[in-house]
Amino acid sequence: MLFPSRLFPTPTEVGAHVWTLATTGKLLPDLGKTLTRAVIAFIVAMALGTAIGIGLGRSRLADRLFSAWVVVGLNVPAIVIAIVLYIWLGLTEFALVLAVVLNKLPLVIATIREGVRSFDPAYDDLGRAFRMPYLRQLRLISVPQLMPFVLAAARTGLSLIWKIVLVFEVLGSDGGVGFRISVFFQFFDIKGIFAYTTAFILVVFVFEYLILRPLEHRVLKWRQPR
Amino acid sequence: MSGPRLDIAVDGKRFDFLPEPLLERFELVVEPSSVVALVGPSGVGKSTLLRMVGGIDTLFAGTVHVDGMPAAAAPPAGFVFQDARLLPWLTALDNIRAVRAETTAAEAAEMLHRVGLSGFEHYFPHELSGGMQRRVALARAFSVNPRLLLLDEPFVSLDRTLVREMEEVLFVLIASNRPTVLLVTHLPEDAAMLADRAIVLAGRPARIAADYRFDIPRGQRSREQREAIANEIAASVSTREPAA
Repeated sequence: MLFPSRLFPTPTEVGAHVWTLATTGKLLPDLGKTLTRAVIAFIVAMALGTAIGIGLGRSRLADRLFSAWVVVGLNVPAIVIAIVLYIWLGLTEFALVLAVVLNKLPLVIATIREGVRSFDPAYDDLGRAFRMPYLRQLRLISVPQLMPFVLAAARTGLSLIWKIVLVFEVLGSDGGVGFRISVFFQFFDIKGIFAYTTAFILVVFVFEYLILRPLEHRVLKWRQPR
Repeated sequence: MSGPRLDIAVDGKRFDFLPEPLLERFELVVEPSSVVALVGPSGVGKSTLLRMVGGIDTLFAGTVHVDGMPAAAAPPAGFVFQDARLLPWLTALDNIRAVRAETTAAEAAEMLHRVGLSGFEHYFPHELSGGMQRRVALARAFSVNPRLLLLDEPFVSLDRTLVREMEEVLFVLIASNRPTVLLVTHLPEDAAMLADRAIVLAGRPARIAADYRFDIPRGQRSREQREAIANEIAASVSTREPAA
């Protein structure tokens, strides 16, 4: 055989290994840990980033004051933030989640800020002409205009989070997909790495096809098909 | 039911980008339930005047009263913009309900029926033609305030067939509700078709260059009579138009 099978396991072998790790190994608890971290970081970053993004989009002064920090946040290497936080806060769960949040936050802010800037002032006029109450304008005019940007931020943010959570778990944690892959790495256990990656990809597909796409379809069903 | 009286007395209205005031010592009284067309060249201040009556533009010196009440404090007018300005994420029915929380689904459906759009309640704006979108906008305006209608170039960019359709719908609505209507247009034909009175604005600051009251009620004017009125207004507009 041209390649040693230990380094290039077949899909069948990987599939079987996924089953073994899920039933007798630590695959499910590890997936659970990683998912919990990712979901918490995602929710916090989306909520904070949306609020800050709206603020920067609405206030020119605030944008002038803080936009440089957004640029810094967008470009500082993720690993730097993680290492600094691990040094300051220790190898804790809080430090890991905070590092993920800080890495994703600028992306959400920048996307939402652009969304707010793209609001059509004609609709503000509509709200004024018919004296629509503020909350009604927010619900029926502002939020629907922002939703495509929120969904874009969610989608790009989620893909970023999956990646960096794993990297930070490699760097310093006591469990999770990233941690386990780093252990497999030390033993050159390619089959284990592929098995975990496969399981992880399956989870990502579940998010994509059972949550994000139906949500997107529901929220943006008014859009003209292209 | 009758429409409100409008008392407009603008001491001054300026825009930073204009060297001269747009309006200065401008006075106009619009009788209840009359249909008044404001005609004049682009940029003369017709739409601004409409926005002041609608209470959208409050940055001016002077007063604009709707039935004795400051425009901004008066009940919102039924405003029709130059474009349909429907919210694309809402259906025709929900677009009507969006601007007034008290409007029920049945009332909104009834308004759509009155503008000839029964069966299109659950269509999104992109699924409607341009003319249908304008009719939804008209239904929305009427559902908000059937007593005062402010129309800002409502027929712009529609072909003449669609304009006729819209005018017919307007005729019926005006006849049944007797609202006060302020119609901004740069086309004398629209004024000749719909208005009881046409006011030609010209110059800067804008002033009333001509004020026509038509003896023959709208709806009873023959084509020739409408053309004669339109020609008269057009001549008045062109003689007042500043040289480029």
